[in-house]
Amino acid sequence: MKSVEFAQMIRIKCLELSHRKKTSHLGGSFSIADVLAVLYSYVLKYDSQHTQLEIRDRLFYSKGHACMALYAALEGVGFYSDLEEKFTLDGEYFTSHINHNVPGVELSTGSLGHALSVAVGVSLASKKKNQVWRTFTIVSDGELDEGSNWEAILLAPHLKLDNMVLIVDYNKIQSFGMTNEVLNLEPLNSKFVAFNWNVFEVDGHDHFKLKNCFDNILLNGKPTVIIAHTVKGKGVSFMEHKLEWHYKSPSTEQFDQALKELKS
Amino acid sequence: MRNAFAKDLVDLARIDKSIFLITGDLGFSVLEPFATEFPDRFLNIGIAEQNMTGVAAGLAKEGYTVFTYSIGNFPTLRCMEQIRYDVCYHNLNVKIIAVGAGYAYGPLGVSHHTTEDLGMLRTIPNLTVASPSDPFEVSAITKMFVETNGPCYMRLNKTGESKLHGSVPDLSGNEPLKLCAGTEKLVLGTGAIVQEAIKVAKEKGWELWSFPIVSPMGKKWITDDLLRFKEIISIEEHQLNSGFGSAVLEVINDVYFSRKLTKYPNIRRVGIPNIFLGFSGSQEYLRNKAQLSLLL
Repeated sequence: MKSVEFAQMIRIKCLELSHRKKTSHLGGSFSIADVLAVLYSYVLKYDSQHTQLEIRDRLFYSKGHACMALYAALEGVGFYSDLEEKFTLDGEYFTSHINHNVPGVELSTGSLGHALSVAVGVSLASKKKNQVWRTFTIVSDGELDEGSNWEAILLAPHLKLDNMVLIVDYNKIQSFGMTNEVLNLEPLNSKFVAFNWNVFEVDGHDHFKLKNCFDNILLNGKPTVIIAHTVKGKGVSFMEHKLEWHYKSPSTEQFDQALKELKS
Repeated sequence: MRNAFAKDLVDLARIDKSIFLITGDLGFSVLEPFATEFPDRFLNIGIAEQNMTGVAAGLAKEGYTVFTYSIGNFPTLRCMEQIRYDVCYHNLNVKIIAVGAGYAYGPLGVSHHTTEDLGMLRTIPNLTVASPSDPFEVSAITKMFVETNGPCYMRLNKTGESKLHGSVPDLSGNEPLKLCAGTEKLVLGTGAIVQEAIKVAKEKGWELWSFPIVSPMGKKWITDDLLRFKEIISIEEHQLNSGFGSAVLEVINDVYFSRKLTKYPNIRRVGIPNIFLGFSGSQEYLRNKAQLSLLL
């Protein structure tokens, strides 16, 4: 699938940015790269030349710390071509938490647990205006510790927002420990079922299965959550499942090794 | 005040179809007319103020003029970061309305004393902070909020306030409004406590100005004409730290520093001396306990 190549391109760009700019959050950028690649390859309606196009789907990227993956995806589909030059540069909007002043970014995030409520408001507006465009919100797993998310998770089905899709990047590692040890989310699937959501649970690195989920979203008066089981640091052997890659940027040797693995 | 707001919002919503009202499950016997007339633009979002503010930001992103409504600290301090980041950083058209300013809900306890809102909210860029003293100021502010594209906040007292102005005042420039002329002392007040201050000012023959907009505060009122008063007194139903009186000092200081004021005036600040009042009490009782008096 072409999206597989796109995902690897996103990872390589993230690797280069993290190495050159000494920025963090490579692990969470790698875990979400496949979801972003599938979304931008097959699912989202967008026009990179008309960022405010009324009928576009709105993507809300709540895990704003993993900004490199979204910046790279947006560059990959043509929203801009100067990411490497401007990323974290003094005076540029490419901050290391996602920034709405960058073309294609709907909302600045970085403080966790904010975007889902905003997405509910935007989805409600779409319904009120009888529009067909949808919202897609990507949250991290650790982020679900934030109570504000659960306020929004309670409200979305109450408002029958079936134009709303939530993707959980469930890579099982948060800032300072494993999610099941810091604050266990399980049983996550049945929590969403109990909150009246349509629930898909999928390998978040299997493009075919991800696409299949997005193709089969029901319009039954309920919002949909896709629990994407992912691997933090996915794609580079020595980064996978490692908490330290929430923080570290690769040395030259690590960069060379990682690049070799991503290109193989 | 809250009835003036509720009525005006209905009137404005008849003309402006973008007006949307979200309540955090409050507004019994106040918001029913809006809810009945505009069911498609009304949402009781439940007791979830962080979510209320985020949802308001989302609706505003799509073109709505969104009012959020609740009591005192709930649509404000409870969701400060949603206000700061989602609403104000993105400069969205959200209007936050809090009922129960100061000690308006006195007997309900400290949870319901709205005594830090002005200070906390006026530090946030892009946010207009309003604190009306009478129903006419409420009407002027509500209209201004609808006409202003950007985030706004208004603290309302409750009910039963007298009309201090003769008609709906003009708020242009965020300048203060003279309520009574006088000599010797100039009283600068904001919010419902002005209703008490005006009684003292009239009795003593002092001048009184009301500040319906606390932030950003106008500066044109700061001229050497202020020097004809022996003393300027600010009064607010809010903590002294960072509140209205602090804002007055800041702008006067800025103007003095820019040499547009030749002498620094004598200024005394009246406000809550940075304390919680944990006992039950009417608004009047708690104001007295907090020494919110113009008289020494």
